[in-house]
Order: sequence, then C-alpha cells, then structure tokens
Amino acid sequence: MTAPKGNRRSGSKGDLVLKAVVGAAAIGIVALLIGLGIELTSGSWLSIKTFGLGFITGSTWNSVSDTYEVFPALLGTLTASAIALILGLPIGLGIAIFLSERARGIRAGATALGSLVELLAAVPSVIYGLWGLIVLAPFMRVYIEPTLKTLLGFPGLFSGTPIGTDLFTGGVILAIMIIPTISAVSRDILNAVPNSQREAMYSLGATDWEVVRKAVLPYARSGIFGATILGLGRAVGETMAVTFVIGNNINLPKSLLSPGATLTTLIVNQFGNTFDPLSEAALVEVGLVLFLLALAINSLARVLVWRMTRSTRFRV
Amino acid sequence: MTSILVSGRRRSWRRIFDRIMKALILLSVVIAVIPLFLVVADVVVQGLPAISWSFLTENPPSPLAGYGGILNGIEGSLLMVGMGTLIAVPLGVGAGIYFSEWPESRLSFLSSFMNDVLAEFPTIVIGLFVYAVVVAPTRTFSAVAGAVALAIIMLPIIARTTEESLKIVPITLREASMALGIPRWKTIFRVVISTGKSGLATGILLGIARATGETAPLVVTAGYLNFPPTALFQQTASVPYIIYNFGTAGYPNWTTVAWGAALVLVAFMLILNLSVKFFIGRKSTGVRAEI
Amino acid sequence: MSLPTSLVGVQPKFETKGLRAGFGSTWVLKGIDLKIPPNRVTAVMGPSGCGKTTFVRCLNRLHELTPGAVVEGQALLDGEDIYDRNADPVAVRRRIGMVFQKPNPFPTMSIYHNVVAGLTLNGERDRKKLDHAAEHSLRGAYLWDEVKDKLSDSGASLSGGQQQRLCIARALAVEPEVILMDEPCSALDPTATAKIEELITQLKRDYTIIIVTHNLQQASRVADYTAFFYLGKLVEFDETATLFENPKEELTERYITGKFG
Repeated sequence: MTAPKGNRRSGSKGDLVLKAVVGAAAIGIVALLIGLGIELTSGSWLSIKTFGLGFITGSTWNSVSDTYEVFPALLGTLTASAIALILGLPIGLGIAIFLSERARGIRAGATALGSLVELLAAVPSVIYGLWGLIVLAPFMRVYIEPTLKTLLGFPGLFSGTPIGTDLFTGGVILAIMIIPTISAVSRDILNAVPNSQREAMYSLGATDWEVVRKAVLPYARSGIFGATILGLGRAVGETMAVTFVIGNNINLPKSLLSPGATLTTLIVNQFGNTFDPLSEAALVEVGLVLFLLALAINSLARVLVWRMTRSTRFRV
Repeated sequence: MTSILVSGRRRSWRRIFDRIMKALILLSVVIAVIPLFLVVADVVVQGLPAISWSFLTENPPSPLAGYGGILNGIEGSLLMVGMGTLIAVPLGVGAGIYFSEWPESRLSFLSSFMNDVLAEFPTIVIGLFVYAVVVAPTRTFSAVAGAVALAIIMLPIIARTTEESLKIVPITLREASMALGIPRWKTIFRVVISTGKSGLATGILLGIARATGETAPLVVTAGYLNFPPTALFQQTASVPYIIYNFGTAGYPNWTTVAWGAALVLVAFMLILNLSVKFFIGRKSTGVRAEI
Repeated sequence: MSLPTSLVGVQPKFETKGLRAGFGSTWVLKGIDLKIPPNRVTAVMGPSGCGKTTFVRCLNRLHELTPGAVVEGQALLDGEDIYDRNADPVAVRRRIGMVFQKPNPFPTMSIYHNVVAGLTLNGERDRKKLDHAAEHSLRGAYLWDEVKDKLSDSGASLSGGQQQRLCIARALAVEPEVILMDEPCSALDPTATAKIEELITQLKRDYTIIIVTHNLQQASRVADYTAFFYLGKLVEFDETATLFENPKEELTERYITGKFG
C-alpha cells in the first residue's frame, strides 16, 4: 500500500510520529535478538577461553575439578530430538493428511479432531513433565522398555536395566510435544497444494492414497521438510517436559535406556550449583550453543516454509 | 474393454493398499490424541483431592502435612504475567502495526524474521539472558525479572497476531478513509485498529496463555518463595514452578499439591482458550469501522 | 430431445439419463438426457453458470470429490452406469481422460514421468513399454519433436501451449476411450490454440472427445456435434452446422447471435 506523497498538511507530521513510534518497536525486536547474542557471548567468554572446542567434545562436568564439558548433554539433545522426530513425523504428517485431504465421509470428525490436536499444544509443558514422571515413566519401565530390550537389544541400543526416566522416555515425551507443531505446519503446507494437481492425478485413475503419495506429497516436499525442521527446533528448545523424565545424569549415556541430559535440562539442573565465575560462564556457554542451534534451525525452517506458503501462521 | 463394475483381481491389490493407508492415517490421529486425554484425565483425577477453597487461599504445606494451598504461586503468576503483559503489549502491537503498514521496508523484513526466530526460541535461554541483564545487576531474583522474561516470550505472539489481523482489513476501507482526507495515522488508528480489535485481543490472550504456562525462564529469574509476593525485587513463586518443585520432590502430599496446581493451571488455560474461540467468532461477524 | 438424424441408430459412447448434480442444496445440473456419439467431437456450450463444466466433471466422477457435492441419475459408458453402486471410480477414470482449463503438469516430475504417470500408477515397470508409450503419446499430442531431446527436464519448464499438449499426452498414455476437455485453450495464445484445435480434429479418429467451450467460433471449428446448455438444462443438441445456422430453439438462436453471453 503506498501512502500519498508530498502531503504537507498537518496529517503528515502525525504519520511520521506514528511511523517513528512503531518503527522503534520493530527496531526493539532486532535489538533484543542482537542483545541476546551479545550478552550470551560475553557471559560465556571465560568459559570459551578456558575450554575452547573441548567444551563440546569433552564429557566431564565436574565442579571439583572445575571442568565443564557438555558432550553428553549435546548427545542427549540430538538423540532425544531424533527419537522425537522418528516418532512424531509420521504421526504429525498423518494427522495433516487426514485433516487436509478431506477424504469423503470423515469431514465432520475432521474439524473436531483438528481442534483436539491443537488443544494438545495448549497444555503447558511442565504438566506433560509431571504426567511423564508419574505416569509415563513407570509405564515405560514396566511394559515398553523390557519389550524393546528383547526385540531390539542386539546393537546395544536398548541395553541396561530399564528405569523409565531415561533418554528414550525423554524422546517419547518430546515426540508428544512436537506433534502439534508438525501437524499444524504440514496442514498449511498441504492445503497450499493446488487442487488442480490432485484432480490431474485423480483423472488418471488413482486411488485417494495414490493421489496423496504421487501428487500432493512431492509437491509439498520442501514445505514438509520445513515443518520437520520446525519440529526439531521445538524439540531442541524444550526444557520442562524433558527434565522431569530424562533422569538428569550428566555422564555419557551408555544406551537409550540410560538416564541422560539435554543442553536445556543441563542449564535448569545445574543452575543452583554454580558458585564461581567459571561455572557460571560455562552455563551461559551452554545457552550460547542453544542460541546458535536455534538460530540455524529456525532460519532453515523459515526459508523452507516461506517458499510454499506466503503467510506466517501462528503456532503456540 | 474392461468393465467398470466390480474390479478385477489385479486392481484389488491397489484398493486394499489404499484402505490400509487410510487406516494407518486414522490410527495416527488416534495415537496423537490419546496422550491428551490421558494427561487431562490424570490431572483431574489426581489433582481433584487437593482442590478446595483453601487450596486457592493458603500457602503450600510442609512435607508430609496435608495439601495446603498455592496462593503464593497464584499471586506470583498473576503479578508477573500481568507486568509482562503491560510490557509486551505496547511493544508487540507497535511492531505488528509496523509490519502490516510498512511491509516493504527492510526493517520490516529483518524485524519480522527475527520475530519469528524469537517465537520458537528456547525459553530457558531467554531466561539466562534476563538473568544476566536484570538479576545479576540487581543481585536478586525478582518478579520484575520474571516479568521481563515473560514479556520477551509473549512479544512475538502479540506482534504476529497484530500484524495478521491488521492485514486482513481490506485496502478499500483504508483508501476510502484516506480519500475523505483523514491523515494516514488517524486512519490506521481508528479504522484499522477498531476493525482488527478482536484480532488484537486474541493475540494478547494467546500470549497470556503461553506466558502463564512457562516454567524454565522463571526458574532462573524469579526463583521461588513460600509466601505471596510482597516486593517487586524479591524471589517470587509461580504456579508452574510449584508444579516443578513439588512434583519432583517425592513426598506424596507434595505430589498431590503439584497435581492440584496442574489442575488449576489447566482450568485457567481452558478458560483462556475458550475466550479466544469466542473472540474469533466475534471477528467473523463482519467489518465495522468507526471513524 | 430428438436426436439429430445422423445419430439415429448409432450406439452412443456415453449416455446420460436424468443426470442431476449440484452442491449442498443447490442443483447446478437439472436433469440432462444426452447421447454422446463415439469417435466424434462433441462440444458443450453455454453461458457462465449453465452447468457445462459440472456436466463434464460428472462424466469422470470428478465432481463428487468436492466436499458437499451431490449427483443423481445415470451416466452410461458403453451401456454400463458409472454411478452404479458397484462401479469403481478408479476404473471409470482410467477409461476417461481429462484435460483441464489451466495446464497442470506435475512440477516435480520430468516430462517423461509426467507422460507415463498414469501407467506407473497401474504398476507398469517395463522400461521399454514405458518408453514406447511415452513416445507414442507425445507423438499423438504433436509434442514429440519439440521435447524428444529433453525428456528429463521438469514438466513445468515448457511453455503454456506445450504444457497443455503434455497434459494431453499424459491423458493419451493410459489409452482412454473418451477424452474430456474443459476449455483447454482458454489459457493459451492463438498459435497454441490453433495447434491444439488441429490436434483435436486428429484425435477423434481414435477417441470420443467432449469439449467444453464458451467460444462459439472454436465450437464451429472443431466440433461435429454441439450441445447447448442453459441454466442447468439441455436446450438443444444437433450437428454443429445445423445448430449454428438453423437452431430449432429460440434460446439457442439468441445465444448464437450474441443476444446474451
């Protein structure tokens, strides 16, 4: 929308004032993010200088020896997020397909179920955490993990005594948390696929699923990839739901059934235990690592999702 | 020439596969919804024993001694979310207006992008930032620090919803107003904002919903206190923190307090979300401009 | 509706009996009885909203895919009702090809894969058969010479007219018996339009073609028979020349002479 130019009457001063005021707010957001980066870097400088690259490759976090290395937590973040994606992507995508493809006969239920899935996102993560600790973890320990151990124990992935509060359960609860994100974004992506593509495939004599698989999903490829990355971003940044169930152990986990930690739970758990500048700086450096991860992941996701849909949909 | 009635054997394989895939997709929806039901059911069942009028008016109990209440958390949350809203709304609405009215500027592009990044940001890192900027200099955990952290978390939501609800207002409305000689800034304020009002309210409510449920940033900015807040620059409790603290301690009565707090929180979220649905319903009843 | 004399005794390829269709509680088609002759081009014509597109989309059971769509009546393809409760829509659509108003090749597939898309759907894996079908269909669509050296390029990399011919090739590859065309040239420039009209005239030797058009001149150029629809009803159906020069209905005459559009 173009404003009329050269209007020298009283209105134009008001225009400039408004633009300046709201522009300041916009600048504020940029300043905030830049300030975040600067503050995190300067706060962690001591730790960066002391540990260098060993910070993310070493595995000792010990206040007695004043060594702070976060590889186990980094591994935990990546592992739990991977589990979350492996479990969450098919389900989230399935929901999106269900809601967007409007298969005949399921119409009425679709909107109700759609709202239900969005309600999933409205429950605060701390409550998922509480439920995870008291209900899910024992369930995993007694039923699921022993089964997994017998079925898939061979490469050592599920070795060790099942305790319930471990990396795997952390991944499962993360999956529950990212499903609404993946399904909401994917649904927008799928709705953006032009109907003419579906009709072209139908007219060649394809079944409903074939239309989805051969015409809709390929067209939506990059957008769905973007939705996945957004889900990954959510998983990486999640703290409370995970910290209840992951076991909070800063040593290198031996298998998926070992207690572990993620970068986020590390911060929350070690926060009260930092009494000297070095340990404080180390904790801030964990924050810096998260900052960079989040920045990279979300930028990538935005580029992919923008390409397919011009609007930015709000996600809780 | 093959008949179109009653498929032959080769095609029935495709039909079966189509049915299998449809069933799997339906299954995925069911699987996704199960945790929701379980969580809400457990929250209600396990939290109900703790609920009473005194639960909302007393402070937490000592370990092993009854259910007490979560007054400290309720007052703390109200205080911090309230202050956070006061900070976030002007900034968020302002930024949203800028994004929608001057979308071609480079600042708009950059700021909008950063707004999106901020929206998905790990909240614990935001907490660390506020710790460095507010808690460290003031040498204390505080409600103010908590409020600032919550404000940063609410900001992107409010900015984005403001931008989207303003963008929906048709250009014809703005042009009509400007053609009458009304200056642009007045047009923006009167016509555009009053028409997008319920959109703004939605955004603010959604922001409040998100902020109320946040725990991690409060752990590192506001801390905890067993009593309701008496000063702005002192440790302050919050309902989510109570859930975290009391839920992980292990004492049975404390666990029930945690469930009770969770029930209170879920009830609050439900009211908020229903209000949002109410506002969205109002918005679609047409465009009304007051110049 | 009396049959044009040249069609008396001819077994129709497609026959609709009381075909009604609409959305929700609104009927767009209000009962169509029409006999489409084989191996001829039949044009379906009429002003906006007369139901011509809906009619054609009923013939390959595409109409019912829209939420809220309703269909009643019969449509007999070689005597079998495609709306019979035992009929398989997938099988129906296999025998009827469709070309849409706006060319819609699959952008993530190459030209080659676009053409053979229908065949791979049916499980055809033999590379030689696919190659042969691709060349045959592309030749049939007058596109082979232009694309034979770039078959692996994306389907979307062609011009509008070429894309439409690609879509025609794609429809031809599954060897349908009937080809439905919904205003296939409305998004194309005159040169591309001319090429496609020439193609249509050649195709009728092997296929039954039904073409929706709002362009009177196009109907008179390519169609052997024309059906004139108005507000969901079939007003007149005759040989194109007769319909244009000697319409039996006053409504038809008014439309032809441009009294309304």
